[in-house]
Amino acid sequence: MKLHEYQAKEILAKYGIPVPPGKVAYTPEEAKKIASEIGKRVVIKAQVHVGGRGKAGGVKLADDPNQAYEVAKQILGMNIKGLTVKKVLVAEAADIAKEYYAGLIQDRASQRVVMMVSREGGVDIEEVARENPQAIVKYKIDPHTGLRPFEARQIVLDAGLEGNLNKLADVLVKLYRAYAGVDAFLAEINPLVITADGQVVAVDAKIDLDDNGLFRHPDLAELREVEAEHPLEVEAQNYGFAYVKLDGNVGILGNGAGLVMYTLDLVNRVGGKPANFLDIGGGAKADVVYNALRLIAKDPDVEGVFINIFGGITRADEVAKGVIRALDEGVVKVPVVMRVAGTAEEEAKKLLEGKPVYMYPTSIEAAKAIVAMVEGKK
Amino acid sequence: MILVDKNTRVLVQGITGREGSFHTRQMLDYGTRVVAGVTPGKGGQEVHGVPVYNSVKEAMKDHQVDASIIFVPAFAAADAALEAAHAGVPLVVLITEGIPTLDMVAAVKEIKALGVRLIGGNCPGLISAGETKIGIMPGHVFKRGRVGIISRSGTLTYEAAAALSDAGLGTTTTVGIGGDPIIGTTFKDLLPLFNQDPETEAVVVIGEIGGSDEEEAAAWIKEHMQKPVVAFISGRSAPKGKRMGHAGAIIMGDVGTPESKVKAFEDAGVPIADTIDEIVELVKKTLG
Repeated sequence: MKLHEYQAKEILAKYGIPVPPGKVAYTPEEAKKIASEIGKRVVIKAQVHVGGRGKAGGVKLADDPNQAYEVAKQILGMNIKGLTVKKVLVAEAADIAKEYYAGLIQDRASQRVVMMVSREGGVDIEEVARENPQAIVKYKIDPHTGLRPFEARQIVLDAGLEGNLNKLADVLVKLYRAYAGVDAFLAEINPLVITADGQVVAVDAKIDLDDNGLFRHPDLAELREVEAEHPLEVEAQNYGFAYVKLDGNVGILGNGAGLVMYTLDLVNRVGGKPANFLDIGGGAKADVVYNALRLIAKDPDVEGVFINIFGGITRADEVAKGVIRALDEGVVKVPVVMRVAGTAEEEAKKLLEGKPVYMYPTSIEAAKAIVAMVEGKK
Repeated sequence: MILVDKNTRVLVQGITGREGSFHTRQMLDYGTRVVAGVTPGKGGQEVHGVPVYNSVKEAMKDHQVDASIIFVPAFAAADAALEAAHAGVPLVVLITEGIPTLDMVAAVKEIKALGVRLIGGNCPGLISAGETKIGIMPGHVFKRGRVGIISRSGTLTYEAAAALSDAGLGTTTTVGIGGDPIIGTTFKDLLPLFNQDPETEAVVVIGEIGGSDEEEAAAWIKEHMQKPVVAFISGRSAPKGKRMGHAGAIIMGDVGTPESKVKAFEDAGVPIADTIDEIVELVKKTLG
């Protein structure tokens, strides 16, 4: 789950990392008020869950409260990569002397959390990694000790950061504490700024939370924004489905993440485009299947549905019952193809006899059929 | 077969829960030697005739245990794995899905330091066909045969095993290593075991997008593997940056792309199947 910059900064501040004074505004009036409270030059930043806000014109300076009003008016309501800006962060503009990078990620290969620090801050770190990888110092953190001050000081020295060594190391130590404290998946400060008067300040910050850790942080879980993600993805979460909205027209339903990914691959291979990824999980009962089909049918892009089931713990006849209910109630109005195998396969086929479902013995044949059907409609 | 056989004595952690109890029944029916269960606070009960203890240590006073399987809820799952490892269980199979990643980072490090093999989390477990099932897979689709399977997926593994069994090739041991980013055992940890196993004639590796475990496996195969390997990668059409059901199935930047995995396997001379049926064809071809 992604957090906004202002939310990430609130977390960092709670862990003792200096951030520029600022508040979030929903209207130009609020932006003006915050700017006058700060009483200095401010920066106004769109709070949307996409990168590249600056390039899109979503980050601008304002010298006084009136200008803050005007700038906020421009940015609020702006569309950045398909998302409407509904709030802006109004923060004191830092007097920047140097810009560095500090971040923490989960490194799967080493099975550790790795801290990355670079002298080259304020730019896209992936670009630095491609073009100048030796400019990034990487350090694997022992999960049982956390990052200790002596380690952090060495990272600062190895990265060649200039500025107060203890203050810089302190930020790194606290960044790891914050990361572990909120069960983050990614946390970065970019840029980590040394100001003209020698202060160390986190001028921009990004935190993505580990969804598996959210149950430990109900206060953070509440920050999930419905409008920031596709509404169908939010609804799917309420049902407990793994669902991803894609840009095609073939609705996909299957049991098991691997099988569903494979089904998407097959539809693509035969020239079709999946509208979604939807895994009903293991051991799903009829009502789960019914709800999953209702969700898929709500997607206006869907022109046909492919249900791919390999019964293991999930019984194919339970799936069939859910499908039949959805069909009987008229929930699904587009063609449905289905392939079932495994546990209770025969029972399922018997139940589906005479129902408006096209049955195919293999996944590939079903994929070809549904793609032909949605193409034929055009 | 590798790791487990009909003599493996199994402990079930979380045995009194819905999942734990259900799968204990399924495992007993398959012929698995489930000797004891653990649920803290419920010691003294019985589940399907299996005695329940308050702790792994207590259970091990009365029983020899070769492997533990864990059905404990996500918030307590890493702790349960550590309990088993510290009590001296040599093989720990962690089924639970949704474990906080930082819990796994700490647990994997500690469990490895104890010299214990951890499989999972978020995995279907393992099965030596016709001998023992320490997992949640449908046992009947696995017919005893010649092919070892290592997989990051559940359902797709059952598909592959069923197809291999229907084709008369059958399986030796199948290990579901799990769909999470941080897991106890990866492809390259298991390939050497299959390489040494006299019964296994070929190995099927079922990977997916995300991470670099497939690339590491390919590098190991290139250097050391003496048996034919067939690879399959799911999620090849998945968009970047989207998590496809499994917590670990996500392409981040340039890491985890199907192109990189395909290239690594090609470099290692490993044929890649595009469909489940092709897995069978390629295995047949490599076995001559």
